[in-house]
Amino acid sequence: MKHTISVLLQNKPGVLSRVTGLFSGRGFNIESLSVAETLEPSISCLTLVTRGDAAIIEQITKQLHKLIDVIKVTDVGDSEYVEREMVLIRVKAEAQTRAEVLRVIDIFRGKVVDVSPKSYAVEVTGSASKVQAIIDILKPIGIQEIVRTGTIAMARASKK
Amino acid sequence: MEKISGSQAIIRCLQEEGVKIIFGFPGGAVIDLFDALMDSDITNVLVRHEQGAVHAADGLARVTGEVGVALLTSGPGATNGVTAIATAYMDSIPLVILTGQVPTPLIGNDAFQEVDIVGITRPCTKHNYLVKDAKDLVSTLREAFHIARTGRPGPVLVDLPKDVVAKMVDFTEKKPIRMQTYQPTYEPHPGQIEKACKQILKAKNPVLYVGGGVILSNANEELTELARKLNIPVTMTLMGLGGFPGSDPLSMGMLGMHGSYSANMAVAHSDLLIAVGARFDDRVTGRLDAFAPHATIIHIDIDPTSISKNVKVDIPIVADCKHALTAMNTWFNTASDFNREQVMASHEPWRATIDEWTKKHPMAYIDEGEIIKPQYVIQKLDELTHGDAIITTEVGQNQMWAAQFYKFNKPRQWATSGGLGTMGYGLPAAIGAKMAFPEKTVIDVAGDGSIQMNIQELATAKQYKCPVKVAILNNNYLGMVRQWQELFYNKRYAGTVMEVTPDFVLLAQAYGAVGLRATKKSEVEAVIKEALTTNNTVIMDFVIAREECVFPMVPAGKATTEMLLV
Repeated sequence: MKHTISVLLQNKPGVLSRVTGLFSGRGFNIESLSVAETLEPSISCLTLVTRGDAAIIEQITKQLHKLIDVIKVTDVGDSEYVEREMVLIRVKAEAQTRAEVLRVIDIFRGKVVDVSPKSYAVEVTGSASKVQAIIDILKPIGIQEIVRTGTIAMARASKK
Repeated sequence: MEKISGSQAIIRCLQEEGVKIIFGFPGGAVIDLFDALMDSDITNVLVRHEQGAVHAADGLARVTGEVGVALLTSGPGATNGVTAIATAYMDSIPLVILTGQVPTPLIGNDAFQEVDIVGITRPCTKHNYLVKDAKDLVSTLREAFHIARTGRPGPVLVDLPKDVVAKMVDFTEKKPIRMQTYQPTYEPHPGQIEKACKQILKAKNPVLYVGGGVILSNANEELTELARKLNIPVTMTLMGLGGFPGSDPLSMGMLGMHGSYSANMAVAHSDLLIAVGARFDDRVTGRLDAFAPHATIIHIDIDPTSISKNVKVDIPIVADCKHALTAMNTWFNTASDFNREQVMASHEPWRATIDEWTKKHPMAYIDEGEIIKPQYVIQKLDELTHGDAIITTEVGQNQMWAAQFYKFNKPRQWATSGGLGTMGYGLPAAIGAKMAFPEKTVIDVAGDGSIQMNIQELATAKQYKCPVKVAILNNNYLGMVRQWQELFYNKRYAGTVMEVTPDFVLLAQAYGAVGLRATKKSEVEAVIKEALTTNNTVIMDFVIAREECVFPMVPAGKATTEMLLV
């Protein structure tokens, strides 16, 4: 099963490699990973998406927590959460397809961020599945390049 | 505030932590540190290979419970230490390893003797540091010792660039260390303790399965109290030997691949397995689905990652073993519905069953007249040292025979590379142990193969007047692998025949040590007696039955009840 895990860690050199080394050394997989500093510059937030049964996810969270530089580990899926990913897509846009590409971008609430006579660069944000969906739609038209950020996630605030 | 040089500050930190002996090997990057050591009261033991330095620090740590310290230079000095660091990591041994590093402006430039040792040792240390700023030096060293010795102990490496060590620093006063991101759980959850104790009262066939955690947390007395209070049979892992008296009638000895018949049978038939500071290693469990199939499992461990890693645990208790066992003893001492006589009596049928197993297949070997059986050598070592020596081992058959036939009645008299299985561990570890306890007899039980992996440390033993004794069980084979080849590879002895082995008696003499040899059973006792009374480093070369195997043996991947027996 897919799990999104959020990790707060000390923003120090080598910390990221402790995390990735843990995953490679213990044979856990990382589907995506995204990391940047938080409001507090000495602390980073790392979001990673991984797969595994309950026992593996339990090991992953415990092993992450065991790293000395890790402050907090949350399996975001334990509660309601929002997740977002961003993708930049350079798609072929020639005379006969330009209009159609724009329509697709509009449906996905994307933005054109770069224009050339033969292509558009498009920015789309959404859940991983939405991002995948626009990629699948644009593929037949001709995707020249894509860059994805990996998922970031945040638990929803309590409704009470 | 007092300004001193970085190297002086490091020495001061070592003194602050109570370090009396360190093991090291110099090089360009650490000359300042060696220089500062010269003016201190810390004994600096010059080893002959950096692996030896870290193993010696590890041996000292295992027998004393203190943090062992090694000092290595940059580059090859540091990489030579890696095997020994990994050895300590696998067995949770508290070490601080100081490595020299090239000056900070050169880091990353492929400078002479530069290596990214922090990167290399990341997966085999509990934590590691590269100190880039001299103002962090003192706090980093203090934190390193704190991390090494608390929680689940382990090696911590501190990489020290030459220019950082040369700078003047403020030697700040030591304050209690509190780290936001590292707070091991020592106290057990009372609810879990109660749950565990109630489960114990329900059990008919309970087994205590004891690992190295009991030694590391000095919980042997609490464990012994619990076992005797409730009449529960005890089995120990290789790392747990000495955690419970091996001569106690409740002891079933070691379990697992080369464990006793009764221990493996007891675990397989138990209805409650109480794992204390053990980690369900594959050499203990054999085929996982056949391990303790009928048992409810209680698991006490300070490291949450050990719990439910290999085997699903029913009642987890995250705590220091000593604290958890104390809490359990207290629970039983105060529980109104606990009738000790009744509980003890209720376990008698179970104990009788175990005694039957022990009688049926005791730890034994076949005597063959004047041919020296390795097990006999260990029995004689046990007898002639009154079970009171510190035993270190190399790895392989020698290690298993020592584990099976020496009766460890106390903790911290046994130092062996359990998790990593590092050949070459025993001699330097023996030196570390002997440096810590000069009055104790320290014996390295070795094979003719593994002793050669760090034989150069004989010179260290000589230089520091460290009369360790080495008992080589010499069969001119890499015996354990040969045993597997005999049993599972049609006796194809690929790469296991030591066609050339040095004359160990002459070799000992070349180092200024004493060499003794026994080729017949009747000579064994005299050789051991002479070795024990000689105030010098001694090699005993026992020419043993060449193709003797270690039994019982659970073939890899089999259930632990599928033992090959003598």
